[in-house]
Amino acid sequence: MEERKRKAVVLLSGGLDSMLAARLMLDQGIHVEGINFFTGFCVEGHTHAVRLDRRARPVRNNALHSAEQLGIRLHIIEVIEEYKDVVLNPRHGYGAHLNPCLDCKSFMVGHARQWMEEHGFDFIVTGEVLGQRPMSQRRDTLPVVARESGALDRLLRPLCAKLLPPTLPEREGWVDRERLLGLSGRNRKPQIGMAHAYGYEYAQPAGGCCFLTDPNYTKKLRDLWGSRGERRYDFDDIMLLKIGRHLRPRPSFKLIIGREEGENRFLEGYRNRFVHLWTPEHNGPLALLQGAADDADLDLACAIAARFGQGRAAQTVRVAVGEPNGSRHDREVAPLPPHALATDWYL
Amino acid sequence: MDIDARFLLCPMPVIRLSAAMAKVAIGDRLTVRCTDPGALYDIPAWCRLEGHEILETRTESSGEIVIVVRAGR
Ligand code: SF4
Repeated sequence: MEERKRKAVVLLSGGLDSMLAARLMLDQGIHVEGINFFTGFCVEGHTHAVRLDRRARPVRNNALHSAEQLGIRLHIIEVIEEYKDVVLNPRHGYGAHLNPCLDCKSFMVGHARQWMEEHGFDFIVTGEVLGQRPMSQRRDTLPVVARESGALDRLLRPLCAKLLPPTLPEREGWVDRERLLGLSGRNRKPQIGMAHAYGYEYAQPAGGCCFLTDPNYTKKLRDLWGSRGERRYDFDDIMLLKIGRHLRPRPSFKLIIGREEGENRFLEGYRNRFVHLWTPEHNGPLALLQGAADDADLDLACAIAARFGQGRAAQTVRVAVGEPNGSRHDREVAPLPPHALATDWYL
Repeated sequence: MDIDARFLLCPMPVIRLSAAMAKVAIGDRLTVRCTDPGALYDIPAWCRLEGHEILETRTESSGEIVIVVRAGR
C-alpha cells in the first residue's frame, strides 16, 4: 500500500529561518502549510506604512510574502485575547524588555498543535536554531516548548534537528534526518547563503519579531499600565501605542499626536472614542487625549497641539476640542514655546 | 458581502476577509473597505494563495481602499 503524503504545519513568522525550515520540508516531499499568529504586537514591514513618509519600503506582510515564495497556503490566526495571559502572566518571565519569549513560543506551538490535530496534519515545524536566541532557543529551553505546548516529539526543527534527539517524523522515516541541518549559534551566514541559493527575498527585522522587544514601545506600554493602576490592555490600546508621538504632560492624561498625514488619518478612526484636538485655521496634526483633563489641562493640551501645527509661530491659535459624541468647542491659546515642552513628557 | 476593515492595521483586513470567506459560496462577491495601504499587497497576495479572484481594486478620494473579491473555494 502506498504511504500517504505526510503533512506539516510550519510556524511562518515572515523571517528567513522559518521560510528555510518550510523549504527543507517541501524538498522532502512533505505537504506544507503555514500558520501565523497575530498577537497584536507583531512587527510588520508595513506596520509603519500608516506613515506616508515610509512608503518607499515594501508595503507587505512578511509571512504572506514568505508563503508566496514557497507556494504554500498560509493561515493567519488572530489570538489577541488569548495572548494577553502570555504577556501579563508569563510563567518563565520576560526577556530584556516585556518579551515573554519562552511562554510565547509554547503558546504558539501549542496553538499549532491544536490546529494540526483539527486539520489532520502530522507534525509541526519551526525555524528555531539552537543557541540563536537567549531565552527560547537554548538547549535547555527547546524541550520546554515541546513539553508545554503538548507537541512533544511531533515538533521538528529542521535547521538544527541534527543536534537534537530524533523526533517522531524522523524516527518514522517521514523525513530523512540526514537531509536536515545542524545549525547553531547566532551566525546567520549559512541561512543567508541558503536564501541566495533559493533566490528568496526575506525581511530582516531589527531587534525582534514583535514590539515587546522594543524599548520605546514597552516604555509606552508600562506607562499605560501605570496610568491605569493595573496591567491590562485592549486591542486599540496596543495599536495606538504604535502610532504617533506620545506625550504625558500630566499624570492624569496623555496626548497621541499624529506625525504626518497617514498617522492623522489613522487617528481619525478614534474620534468617536477620545477627546481630540486640531487646529482648524492652520495645517496641523490630530491629537487624541487619553485620560481625564480638567479645564487647565485642556488649555495645556491645546497649547501643545498648537505647538505641533503650522501656527506655532502665531501669537494665538484656535484649537478645536472634539468630544466623542461629536460636539465641539474652540479655544484660543498661545502655542507652547519650545522650551516649555519638557523632554520627560515624551514617552 | 461588505467587510469594513477601515482603521485596522495589517494583517487584520486579511483575517476579516478570511473569516468572511468561510461563510460564503464559491462565486460570491465580497467587498473589503480598508485604510491600511498594506492591504493593497496583502489581500491580493492572500487571494492568490487561496485561489480567490480580485475583481477590482480602487482608492477613493478619501484615501479609502476598496477591493472586490470573488470567492474561489
Ligand atoms: S520576540 Fe515576541 S513574538 Fe518573538 S518569541 Fe519573543 S515574545 Fe514571541
